[in-house]
Amino acid sequence: VNETPLQREAAVTIFERGAPGRRAFACPPLDVPEVAIEELLPAHLIRAQPPRLPEVSEPEIVRHYVRLSKRNFDLDSGFYPLGSCTMKHNPRLHERVAALPGHARLHPLQDPERAQGALELMWNLERALGEIAGLPHVCLAPSAGSHGELAGVLLTKAYHEARGERRRKVLTPDTAHGTNPATVTMAGLEVVKLASNADGGVDLEDLRAKAGEDVACLMLTNPNTLGVFDANILEIAKIVHEVGATLYYDGANLNAVMGISRPGDMGFDIVHFNLHKSFTQPHGGGGPGSGPIAVSERIEPFLPVPAIVRREGEGAGLPAGLGGSRPADAFALDHDRPQSIGRLRGFQGNYGCFVRAYAYIRSLGAQGLRDASEVAVLNANYLLARLRELGVCERLPLAFPQSLEALAEQDGNAGAAALAGEGANAGAGLCMHEFVLSGGPMKRALKIKTLDLAKRLLDYGYHPPTVYFPLLVEEALMIEPTETETRETLDGFAEALAEILREAGEDPEVARNAPYTTPVRRLDEVGAAKRPVIRQSVA
Amino acid sequence: LTRYTSATEADRAAMLAAIGVSSIKELFDRQVPPEVRLRRPLALPEGMAEQDVYEHLRALAARNVSAEQELSFMGAGMYDHYVPAIVDMLMERSEFLTPYTPYQPEISQGGLQVMFEYQTAVSELTALPVSNASVYEGPSAVASAGYLAKLHNGRSKILASAGLHPHTLATLRTYAHGYGMEVLEIPLLGGATDPQAWAQAIDERTSAAILAQPNFYGAVEELPALAQAARESGGEQLVTIAQVDPIVLGVLAPPGECGIDVAVGEGQALGNRLDFGGPSFGFFAAREQYLRRMPGRIAGETTDVDGRRGFVLTLQTREQHIRREKATSNICTAQALNALAGLVYLAWLGRRGIVELGRLLLARTHYARQTLCALDGVEPLHSELVIREFAVRLTGGGGDGHGGREALDVAAVRRRCLEQGVNPGVDLHALTGREQDRGGLLVAITERRTRADIDRLAEALGAAVAAERGRATVAA
Repeated sequence: VNETPLQREAAVTIFERGAPGRRAFACPPLDVPEVAIEELLPAHLIRAQPPRLPEVSEPEIVRHYVRLSKRNFDLDSGFYPLGSCTMKHNPRLHERVAALPGHARLHPLQDPERAQGALELMWNLERALGEIAGLPHVCLAPSAGSHGELAGVLLTKAYHEARGERRRKVLTPDTAHGTNPATVTMAGLEVVKLASNADGGVDLEDLRAKAGEDVACLMLTNPNTLGVFDANILEIAKIVHEVGATLYYDGANLNAVMGISRPGDMGFDIVHFNLHKSFTQPHGGGGPGSGPIAVSERIEPFLPVPAIVRREGEGAGLPAGLGGSRPADAFALDHDRPQSIGRLRGFQGNYGCFVRAYAYIRSLGAQGLRDASEVAVLNANYLLARLRELGVCERLPLAFPQSLEALAEQDGNAGAAALAGEGANAGAGLCMHEFVLSGGPMKRALKIKTLDLAKRLLDYGYHPPTVYFPLLVEEALMIEPTETETRETLDGFAEALAEILREAGEDPEVARNAPYTTPVRRLDEVGAAKRPVIRQSVA
Repeated sequence: LTRYTSATEADRAAMLAAIGVSSIKELFDRQVPPEVRLRRPLALPEGMAEQDVYEHLRALAARNVSAEQELSFMGAGMYDHYVPAIVDMLMERSEFLTPYTPYQPEISQGGLQVMFEYQTAVSELTALPVSNASVYEGPSAVASAGYLAKLHNGRSKILASAGLHPHTLATLRTYAHGYGMEVLEIPLLGGATDPQAWAQAIDERTSAAILAQPNFYGAVEELPALAQAARESGGEQLVTIAQVDPIVLGVLAPPGECGIDVAVGEGQALGNRLDFGGPSFGFFAAREQYLRRMPGRIAGETTDVDGRRGFVLTLQTREQHIRREKATSNICTAQALNALAGLVYLAWLGRRGIVELGRLLLARTHYARQTLCALDGVEPLHSELVIREFAVRLTGGGGDGHGGREALDVAAVRRRCLEQGVNPGVDLHALTGREQDRGGLLVAITERRTRADIDRLAEALGAAVAAERGRATVAA
C-alpha cells in the first residue's frame, strides 16, 4: 500500500525484454566476395546455436539501463562516507580529457614515436607519484590496489631471492585490509598476524617478538584503517629493516597525508597508490581502478616490465606537437630488465585512469593536494566533534585512539597533557581522514546493531559508512567524509545519526526493519548463497 | 581554497572551534610526529585552471597518433572496433560512474542487476554455466585461472600453448612464480598448437592446460581435440583453460562445447575503447564445479523481506574481505564499469548481430589474407584457418639459408606504410622476440575496416615491400 514507485516496479532483466527479431545493430554490408562459412571453418568448430543474447531495440536498451541506473545510489547524488574508500568528488573535466581520441583511440602497441604524448603523460605521472610518496621509482602497471599489493609482495620475494634468501613470512596487523593477507597467500608466502596496541597502532612488543630472519615483509597502512597515524612508524621501520625485511605501504589511506608526510620518509620500501581513491578515478560501481607502485632504490631492479624511459635530447626526430614545436626528449618503453619480476598484465596498465589522475594532480598542484589532505582531516575531525556534541558518541564511542575522557580517568596527568596537545597521547580523541566508532554500547543500550543503523541511514538519503570493519572493533562503523564535502553536508549527516539513535530509543523496531524507501528492502543474502542463482535462465 | 573543496576561511574557523583546536596544523602536529613531516612543499607544478589543464591534456593527446588519424590494422589483443554511442552515454551516467562496489544492496540494485545480466551474457557467450562479474583484463585473467587450478587439484605444473599472447605467457609466469607452479610452454606446429607435443607433455602432475582460441597468430585451434587429449593424459582433476576472443563467439564453437573447463579473456573488443591498453575488462567463466573457487565478485538473485526480486553480492565467503588469507583470490576492485560497457554492447549486437558481425570479420579477414598474400614478398606465416586476425611473413628476394626466403626488415616496411597513413599491423618479432617470427606482421580486421581500406592496405604494403626489397638488392 505504501510502496514507492521504484518498489512497485518489478525487476526485469534485459533477457526478459525484447522479442524475436528485434535489434539495435545494423551490420555493415558484406563488401568482399561471399565465401561459404563451411569453406573457412571446419564444421565442428562452427557454432551450431547462436548465443542466446537479448533481442532488443536501441530505445529498449536505453530505457532499460537508464531505469536500472535509477536503482543505484551514487556519489554525485549524495554523501558517501565509506571508510577506507575515499569517495571524493570525480571532476568531469577528467572524463572529457580521457575521451579525447588521442588518448581514447590510441592502440596500446602503437609505435612509441607515435605515442609520445601518452608516454610523456605516464612519465610525468610517475614523477609526481614518486614525489608524493617520497620514493624514487614508480611503475604504473598494476590494475588496482590489490594488484599493486601482489606486485609489492612479488617484488619483496624477488629482492630476497636475489640475495639468496628464502623468507616465508609476511607480517600483517589485525587492522589490515583483507586484500593484504589474501595477496600474501596468492604470492606463495605465509601470513603472520600482528596485534594492535591500545592506541590502535602496531604492538611493538608483538612486532619485536615476530620480526626474525624468516620475515620477508611487513605490510602496513598509515594512517591505518582505524584512522590512526602510527606515531611509532620510525621505530617500526627500524625493527623491520634490522632483520632485513621490507616495509610495504598500503596506500588506501594516502588521502590523509598528501604533501604532509611521505611513506618513503617514514621508511617504507614499497607503496601502492589507489588512483581510484586519492586521485579521483571514478569507482564505476566496482572498478576500473589503478594501483601504481613506488619503490626505493634497492627494489627498483625488480620492477615489472615495461618501464618508461626518457631519452634526453633525442626528441628531434619525433613528430611535432601542437604549435609545431619539437620536444627535447624522447620517451620509450624498456622491456629489457633482466632482474624484473616480469609482466603483471597485458600492455602498460589502465592508461585511461592515468589520464584522470594526472589531470587531477595538474589541477591541484602541490598546494592543492596538501589542501585536499588538510581538509580531509579537518572534515573528519569536525564530523567526529559534531557527533560528540550531539551525544552520538555516547552510544557510538570512538574506538581508537582512546578518548581524552577515558585517558583522564586512567591517568589524570596524561589526560591533562593530552588536552594541552602535548606528550605521547596528544592525538587522543583526534583522527586523521577517517575514524571508527564502535556500535557495542548502542547495541546494548538501544537494541539496534550497526547494521540496523546503516540500513536506516538509507532512508535518510545517505550511503552508510563501512560497517563491521576493521574486525577488531565491536560493531564497527568506519567513517571517511573526504575533503570534497561541505560543512552543511557533515552537519546534516551528524544530525541524521542522532535522529536515528533518538528514534531507536523510542522504538528499536524502526531501525531493525529499515530500510523502507529504497527500491528493494532488506534482501535475503543467506538464501542467495545457499542456492546460488547467478544467471538468468534464457529461452 | 581549491575548486574541489568548499571549506571557506569562515568554515574553517567554525570547524576548528568545534573540534577544539586552534589550527589545521595543530590537528597534524598532535598526530604525526615531526620526524616524518615533510618540511617543504611537494616539488610539483602549481595547480592550473580547468581550461589550462584541458589544453595541456589536449596537447599531449595531439602528440599521439590514434586510430582516428591513420588507417590502422593493429590488433594483437586490443582492437579498434566501433563503440556505439549508447555505451558512452550509459557509462557517463553518474549512477553507474560514481558509486563504489555495491556493499549496500538495497541502494545498488542497478549495479547488481547489471552484474547479474553481465554474468548471464558471458555464460551464454562461452556456453559455461558460471561467470563472475569481471576481473582486471585478459592476461591476468589467465594467470588467475592458473591459481584456480592450483586450488582445485594442488598439482604443480601448468602447460601453456605458445599460441597464447606473449603478454599472457609473461603474466602467467610472473603469477606462477608467486603461487609456486612451473609453466611449460608447448610449441606450435605451423601456426597452431602441436598436438603431439601437447599430449606428450601432459601427465598426472599437470594442473592446468591452457590454450588460446583463436591464438595469438590468428589461427583457429583444434580446441575439442586438444582439450580431450589433455583430459585423457591429465585425468579428471586437470583443468582445461582457454583464453578466447569474445567477438567471434557468434561463429566459433564456444569453449563450453569444446571440453574447456574455464574460459577467460580480454573483453575490450566488446564496447570498450582502446585507451592505450586499459581500462577494459577481463571475463572469467567456468563449469559449475569451480563456482566456489572463482575469483572476484559474483551477483546472485534473491528476494527482499516483502518478496520482491532483488540482487546481492553472493558467495562472498570466497573473497578477501571475509576469508582474508584463505580467500580464492586477492581481487577487490575489478572492472564493473567496463563490464557494463561489454553488456550494453552485447545487448546492442544482439542474438543475430553477434553472428553477423563474426561472419563479416571472417569474410573480410579471408579477403585481406588472400589479397595481401597475392603481393610479391608477402606470404602467409602459417596455413591454419584464421577468423579475425592473421600473420604474414614479409620476404626479400634471397634465401635465408634454411631453404626459405630471407625475412624483410618489418620495421622499415612499416615506416614506409605509416608515411602513407596506413598502419599495417604489429611487428611480430618485435613483440615476441621469437626467431621464427622474423619478417612477421600481424594484421587485424574489424568491422571498421572496409574492403576499400583493405585494398588501400594492400597497395601501401605492396609498394613498401617492393621498395624495401629493391633497397635490399641494391645494398647486396
